[in-house]
Amino acid sequence: MIVELGHFALILATCVAFIQGTLPLAGTLRDNRQWQNAARPAALLQFTLIALAYGILTYAAVTNDFSVRYIAGQSNLLLPLPYKIASVWGGHEGSLLLWVLMLSGWTVAVALFSDRLPLAMVARVISVLGLIAVGFLLFILFTSSPFERLLPAPADGRDLNPLLQDPGLVIHPPMLYMGYVGFSVAFAFAVAALLSGRMDAAWARWSRPWTVVAWVFMTTGIALGSWWAYYELGWGGWWFWDPVENASLMPWLFGTALIHALMVTDKRGGFKAWSVLLAIGAFSLCLLGTFLVRSGVLTSVHAFANDPKRGIFILILLALVVGISLMLFAWRAPKATLGGDIGLVSRESLLLTNSVLLVVATAAVLLGTIYPLIIDALNLGKLSVGAPYFNAVFVPLMVPVIFLMVPGGIAHWRENRLRALAYDMRIPAIAAIATGAAVWLFTDRGTWLSGMGSALAAWVVVGLCVQIIARLQKPGRIAPSFWGMHLAHLGIAVIVVGITFVKGYEEERDVRMSIGDTVSLSNYRFQLTDVAIADGPNYKALRASVEVSQDGRVIEVLEPEKRKYFSSAMPMTEAAIDYGWFRDLYVALGDPIQGGAPQWSMRVYYKPFVSWLWGGSVLMVLGGLFSISDRRYRKGSTPQTA
Amino acid sequence: MKKFLIPLGLFMVLIAFLAIGLTRDPKEIPSPLVGRVAPAFELATLDPAAPPFSPQRMRGHVWMLNVWATWCVACRQEHPLLVAFSRANQLPIVGLNYKEVQVQDRPQGVAVDAEGQLALARQKGGTWLQRYGNPYVATAFDLDGRVGINYGVYGVPETYLIDQAGVIRYKQIGVLTPEILQDRILPLVKQLTAAGG
Amino acid sequence: MHRTFTRPQGLFHPQLHRLLLGISLAASLLICSLSTAGEAQPMAKDPQVEQRLNHISEELRCLVCQNESLASSRAELANDLREEVRTLIVDGMDDASIKTYLVDRYGDFVLYRPTVKPLTWILWFGPFLALVLGVAGMTLYLRARRAARVPAAPLTDTQRQKVNAILNAGDAP
Repeated sequence: MIVELGHFALILATCVAFIQGTLPLAGTLRDNRQWQNAARPAALLQFTLIALAYGILTYAAVTNDFSVRYIAGQSNLLLPLPYKIASVWGGHEGSLLLWVLMLSGWTVAVALFSDRLPLAMVARVISVLGLIAVGFLLFILFTSSPFERLLPAPADGRDLNPLLQDPGLVIHPPMLYMGYVGFSVAFAFAVAALLSGRMDAAWARWSRPWTVVAWVFMTTGIALGSWWAYYELGWGGWWFWDPVENASLMPWLFGTALIHALMVTDKRGGFKAWSVLLAIGAFSLCLLGTFLVRSGVLTSVHAFANDPKRGIFILILLALVVGISLMLFAWRAPKATLGGDIGLVSRESLLLTNSVLLVVATAAVLLGTIYPLIIDALNLGKLSVGAPYFNAVFVPLMVPVIFLMVPGGIAHWRENRLRALAYDMRIPAIAAIATGAAVWLFTDRGTWLSGMGSALAAWVVVGLCVQIIARLQKPGRIAPSFWGMHLAHLGIAVIVVGITFVKGYEEERDVRMSIGDTVSLSNYRFQLTDVAIADGPNYKALRASVEVSQDGRVIEVLEPEKRKYFSSAMPMTEAAIDYGWFRDLYVALGDPIQGGAPQWSMRVYYKPFVSWLWGGSVLMVLGGLFSISDRRYRKGSTPQTA
Repeated sequence: MKKFLIPLGLFMVLIAFLAIGLTRDPKEIPSPLVGRVAPAFELATLDPAAPPFSPQRMRGHVWMLNVWATWCVACRQEHPLLVAFSRANQLPIVGLNYKEVQVQDRPQGVAVDAEGQLALARQKGGTWLQRYGNPYVATAFDLDGRVGINYGVYGVPETYLIDQAGVIRYKQIGVLTPEILQDRILPLVKQLTAAGG
Repeated sequence: MHRTFTRPQGLFHPQLHRLLLGISLAASLLICSLSTAGEAQPMAKDPQVEQRLNHISEELRCLVCQNESLASSRAELANDLREEVRTLIVDGMDDASIKTYLVDRYGDFVLYRPTVKPLTWILWFGPFLALVLGVAGMTLYLRARRAARVPAAPLTDTQRQKVNAILNAGDAP
């Protein structure tokens, strides 16, 4: 009965969303303030209804209601409680419900934090968000309802994929969805600006904090996913260029471009049409990602269960949302005014270059991801595009983006003599060349690649130090967004160091070990001291004890496991990791080896600087948070420039 | 102001490709061997007394090579169709038993030599064919899967249609259905028989 | 009991000898058990071959998996294909030939690094072409933007006189 209530709540929510999507918008066209004022309450009501539906689904999971088909497919009596709660978003239907919950949540946030915005603007933004919600709610109701019954109800559910029974699961998808959905707000602002015919600096100022918040969540989600893959999958990889990963990277790249372009539109009124286009593009990529992941057109390790009917629905949704906004763009954008004068070498032009580079990088990732589909659609055969392609194409495209961080921060608005700019960057340049050469020539196994990576990181770090020192010498309070920018850029430099050193200097040994055997890696010694059976709540495991010593002293005992979950055929490897600031030691237990004395296959890895990947992400998130905290960007006052 | 229509134009091209993509199966891999001579091999068959089987033997006939195994659940699905087909038509079907002896069949810690594996495979395969019917004029045993690799086998069941000159003309990935037999294979057989004489 | 050599008495008293023998037997057994627990042997029979195998199989696709490289997949066909590649390496084939060998049997699908041929020109060169076009387009745009800002026309003499008059008039309206 309660479950049907959840379904009913969704139906009501769809009706409310429809009203929310049309009434306030009509109110702006007819200048009817009452209709416009309906936006905020409608948003609140929609959120309440969807939250109710979501709560009911969670209740069904927690109370083991296997008469609900979705719960029977995702959960199991033996599943620990936190994972029962997380199982709600473990599959296609539930994750979509989480999506619309977040969408309505963000809409409420816009409703609450927009007092300084003109009512008409708020009405338009909330309407657009409402229309998107209608699309997703209809998708859920018609093709992917989590409230479908399974009768007769089984006594126990099918187990959640053992790979996903992990704390990382509890956080990674919600963070990612917060990012995806967050970009819908920037999108709604852009469309609202197009609808009003006023694409001015004010729109950019309102959009900026929302965009940065979405970006922060997206960064967190992607980093968590990468970290999770690293410690969960058993061979220490952290990025595979899988279509679903690309589906999250592409909006992130566009989001980054958008943040930078909005700076110009906000401060100097330039590139209005470009910023609007980037905002539309970022959310379009989110929708495209949803399509790619749930339609079955691409094979991916992450893919949800696929159904052509669902694919068609999402494609239509994608076509409508993006098609209409791009038509609106073609109609209204030409009317945008030019904004301030911009020199060929200036902060604005450098920020625009950042946009162009990031858009090209995104296009490259998109091309690689869907190229097999294009070739197949043209009946030209079947080919694969994998990591080798992306690494070869993406990395060279990102190097100039990262390089430009320094001149972008130093250059003046409006105009900067090229020679003066080059002079200002002499110290980072020297530092970069020196570091690069040193790493290439003087480290064991150094190559030009590790040299270049180090040079790039040194360039950015010294560059931002120079800027900070210069700024500290000037009078006046330093805005939080200044620290935000440098923190975020520092984060990127840290990640570059991580990637450079892990790829350039990691070591691996794949050995067979008996009790007492040792293997050495770098200046560490690993000794297998014990292998025993261990029991978990819903699995049985083989657990090894590996003593790690350095210079004769034992520093850690690692316990890698090989788990066999009761309701799944696949054995899972739980690697044991000794985390460190400057290196990770990673041990994975393999299968027992047939014949003779008891032996097991083991893989040990030495991964230098790999935690800098996650550390850099944290810095980027902090940078974003600092930027948001800057009050200047949260003032809604509107300069009346068109 | 035409340039503002470029994003919309590009997007529509993308949608078109995605729409077509929905009609395709990304996991189906067409075989590059179609149109080429079937790779040669010589494998022991079900009957220990009979000589090993080689595709050479089938020259001058249009024939089908069906890759199967007793551990393959889907094979059981298509098997009745094969049995019926073998009785109704004059098309010889040769079975290629693929990796019959699995890890779980081998006793713990003891290595089984090739002879032992073949004996085990013959026993398992023979029993299965007795139970479900034997549509094959011969059954060859590819124990380690290397012949399968030469034929581009990546799953079971798979079926090849080979002509009189030994050239592969068609590859069916997955289970054979009556529709596929009627609409694709039989017409092709007729065509090949008429051409080859 | 091992044969003992006859020796002069004293240090080599038979009893002492037996004792020493017993101790050394025990000690060597102990040492043996410790040293069988020694340096772990690599899984692979030949690490050189394995290294090449890893390098090649990272660029190959596991055909039965959703989307994994041949290097990381644990599927049975992946095991078989890795064994096949190992054999080819030992036989002395170079990387390119091994890839061709697999492409002949499974098609281009098995390569994760698409070969550069007319079919993939757009894939490989498209992004860099887009980069060049993008940067060029941006530069042209910025130049055009500058030119589009019509600079104020220079003042005529009468206009300049008027301006001077106004300026010199000070606070006069």
